[in-house]
Amino acid sequence: MSLKIIGTGRALPQKAVSNDELSEFLDTNDEWIASHTGVRSRYVCTGESLTDLCESAAQKALLASGLRAPEIDLVLCSTMGGDFITPSLACAASERLGLSCPAFDLNAACSGFLYALDVATMYLAGGRVKNILILSAEMMSKHVDWSDRATCVLFGDGAAACVVTAGTALQYLRLTAEGNTGILFREDGSGNSPFREKKERGYVRMQGQEVFRFAVRMIETQTKAALESLSLTADDIDFYLLHQANRRILDFAREKLGQPEEKFPMNIQRYGNLSSASIPILLDELLEQQKIQKGAKLLMSAFGAGLTAGTCVMSWE
Amino acid sequence: MLERIAKVINDYLESDRVVTEETTFADLELDSLDMVELVMNLEEEFGVNIEMDESLKTVGDLMALLQRA
Repeated sequence: MSLKIIGTGRALPQKAVSNDELSEFLDTNDEWIASHTGVRSRYVCTGESLTDLCESAAQKALLASGLRAPEIDLVLCSTMGGDFITPSLACAASERLGLSCPAFDLNAACSGFLYALDVATMYLAGGRVKNILILSAEMMSKHVDWSDRATCVLFGDGAAACVVTAGTALQYLRLTAEGNTGILFREDGSGNSPFREKKERGYVRMQGQEVFRFAVRMIETQTKAALESLSLTADDIDFYLLHQANRRILDFAREKLGQPEEKFPMNIQRYGNLSSASIPILLDELLEQQKIQKGAKLLMSAFGAGLTAGTCVMSWE
Repeated sequence: MLERIAKVINDYLESDRVVTEETTFADLELDSLDMVELVMNLEEEFGVNIEMDESLKTVGDLMALLQRA
């Protein structure tokens, strides 16, 4: 027994920002961004908070699951940082949803959704909870440096929610973390302690080539390990839901696996990199389009700062 | 070795270019991510790990790296 997802939802901020709009204040253009990253537009928060997005996504997921809010026993939120340093975003969302069950955040950067699935599996296996609300919510617009054309064009804001319960859909899940703070990071220089050496307030920094290599290697090796463990071949998977970091990572990994484009759904062109929200939003969209039928085999794979990575296989139920 | 490198490059670019040790990656119009993809393809072809750095400018540089790997 592991888990199954019984309801999903997503929420995006109202404001969409096109590449052309970015070229008004950055030395870049639509052609370059689109051809080098696959991103054409992204949503960014203006008046909305992450709590707002979580509330909206959670309401949709609850509705789809057929459960009422009080039936949720645990709220898990993957995020690189909510609206408050404390309390957690999970608690902020619980306030809106009128929940009083345990709630906490976990940070595994872009791999956060896979990490949350793993924690949920353990909780369900322990028998202490029945229904879990997983939130994956990211406001990348506050983490990136809007004067750095190499990074800020890549990211966007958004939130996803999944209601999970005991089931057999999740057939395989493995996580890794390499322990690295130099390739992809955002340093926290906040606070006004008179005793601490002053630090700049940092922004997301990354070594693109190293991240690319790490990502492609992880997708390839973890996917092969997952397939081997389940005695499946790459052809047996109906959809590969990969973390949407850069279109070129997706294309390169797809070619390595020798699979057709239609098996690799993408939303990076509309949303940019949504960190841990990217895979569950992709899942929500596929479900909305009724592309996932019972028994469909899904492979999800994510990688991110940490360097964290995770891969799972679900047989939809 | 040059022949094998040239084949990997031409397969990657879907082209039929003459590649010499003096050919630069700027000549081939490869950006930084193209370089990673190319290097990963070469790693596969030669079964080695290549440490990349900014000094990689020409096919000759790449050959030297491959010989050391």
